[in-house]
Amino acid sequence: MTIYLPIAELSVNILIILGMGAAVGFLSGMFGVGGGFLITPLLIFYNIPPVVAVATGANQVVASSISGAITHFRRGTIDIKLGTVLLCGGLAGATVGVWLFSLLRRIGQLDLVISLLYVVLLSTVGGLMLWESITAMRKAAKNQATPLRRPGQHNWVHGLPLKMRFKKSKIYLSVIPVAGLGFCIGVLTSVMGVGGGFIMVPAMIYLLRIPTNVVVGTSLFQIIFVSAYTVIVQASTNYTVDIVLAFVLMIAGVIGAQYGVRVGQKLRGEQLRALLALLVLAVGIRLAIELVIPPKDVYSVVSAGFGF
Amino acid sequence: MFRFARATLAFLALAFAVPAQAAIQDENADFTEKLEIGISTDEIAITSDFRGADLTIFGAVDGFDQSLLAQGRYNIVVSLEGPKDNATVRKKERVFGIWVNTSSMTFELVPESYSLSSTRDIETIAPPGEMGNMGIGVDHMRLVPLGFVGDGSNLGEFRNAFRRIRETSGVYERDPGGVQFISSSLFKASVRLPANVPNGVHVVRAYLFRDGVFVAAKALPLRVVKTGLEQFITQAAHQQPFFYGLMAVLLAVITGWGASLIFRKD
Repeated sequence: MTIYLPIAELSVNILIILGMGAAVGFLSGMFGVGGGFLITPLLIFYNIPPVVAVATGANQVVASSISGAITHFRRGTIDIKLGTVLLCGGLAGATVGVWLFSLLRRIGQLDLVISLLYVVLLSTVGGLMLWESITAMRKAAKNQATPLRRPGQHNWVHGLPLKMRFKKSKIYLSVIPVAGLGFCIGVLTSVMGVGGGFIMVPAMIYLLRIPTNVVVGTSLFQIIFVSAYTVIVQASTNYTVDIVLAFVLMIAGVIGAQYGVRVGQKLRGEQLRALLALLVLAVGIRLAIELVIPPKDVYSVVSAGFGF
Repeated sequence: MFRFARATLAFLALAFAVPAQAAIQDENADFTEKLEIGISTDEIAITSDFRGADLTIFGAVDGFDQSLLAQGRYNIVVSLEGPKDNATVRKKERVFGIWVNTSSMTFELVPESYSLSSTRDIETIAPPGEMGNMGIGVDHMRLVPLGFVGDGSNLGEFRNAFRRIRETSGVYERDPGGVQFISSSLFKASVRLPANVPNGVHVVRAYLFRDGVFVAAKALPLRVVKTGLEQFITQAAHQQPFFYGLMAVLLAVITGWGASLIFRKD
């Protein structure tokens, strides 16, 4: 069963796209991440032009983060004020990111930069998370409590000026690192087509020491807006958002996510983090191998229409 | 998508009476033979289940020499050439252990798809020089580099890589034996539009050779267009990009929201 993608300008098997969407949705529901870091490489692997994959991936992230954020909103685990500061940085970052995306596309190094960014970020984040969750599991085995947030402990981040009080998170923090984090994630969103949850969540927990219960909801809240902004900017400058592809992915994704959430609730926090870490690492290693081993063909051809 | 192949038969009778429309005439004045071709449609619609299409072209040779024809000394080559665009070939090299695009070359206005069909292998129809002059066949296609290419020593490798990649990906095809005479002067040629066909104006070209010498050529345009929803989406994406982006986001919002309503546990 094939479906023609009007923007990517090729025919694909709809069942494969549905399967991808459902699988990524399942994982994103299970781990509470947007899943952009999985869907974009998968689409590229399935011969979707990378420029289309990145922009369309961002669109799919909007749908899955809204679905997740609504659940968190009902539970009251979103810090809107903190999310808004993150968002301001994020929108600025996304603007720079789209500009960077067009520039890299012009000089023909976009695929390299996307791959390198994925490899570096996924391996680092995956490695750190795995290490942290294994430590937590060991301690749990010895029946020791493992607070993710250690109150009273401060790092250099807490010495910065322009402090602001975030009531819901019960923290008093400078806006500089918050907006800065948002900015970095914004750049990544538009260059890599990811929501950035897999970087945002650990950074908020370990770097900014924000309570874990509001982290996922707040990160999802800001990801919605940054991804939505990225979709609109990508659509306006690169014309690469394929609405048909995005819709098929979304439908499968949101359904998959619901089942993922149920499975996720049965697992313990540190087990879940270890699994997510393994998944993130696996994707990173897979992409790293591709960069290092000699390619099947050292030549590649692109026509001007999809200059990539 | 294949219905026009059947419709072609009905068109066959007309092909003789009505001269092919909008033809680009090209004839060798030394010969009396004339070439006519016809296709059942001048437009192919890309629908949501588009999987490529086979196109049958009928043609006739007028004023031929009976004895030469009997000896099989007439040969016909039919090509279907896609819209032209600049194409860039990039070459990867290992830099600090990773593979990076290091050099590139852009070829000016090359067809995005190319399907060639002939009575036999085109290398045996006419000398390579003649095919080269006319630019018939993937191997003879004109590949003119754009901009500065240095001493041009790597021109050959980039050209070869371009041809090889386009052929292995299936957008450039050749079918020696795809043109068959169905009666003394009537022939049938089949060419293929790949599934990832570029939309735009394609050109069907037919060439007649006698004893390895070019005699006549004929060309017909074939428009490949997106229709219905596909066309609407493409137009919206390019003419109203901001609203298109907004719609894409709105669709995501509705889908995400809808899912959380449907699956709400209470």
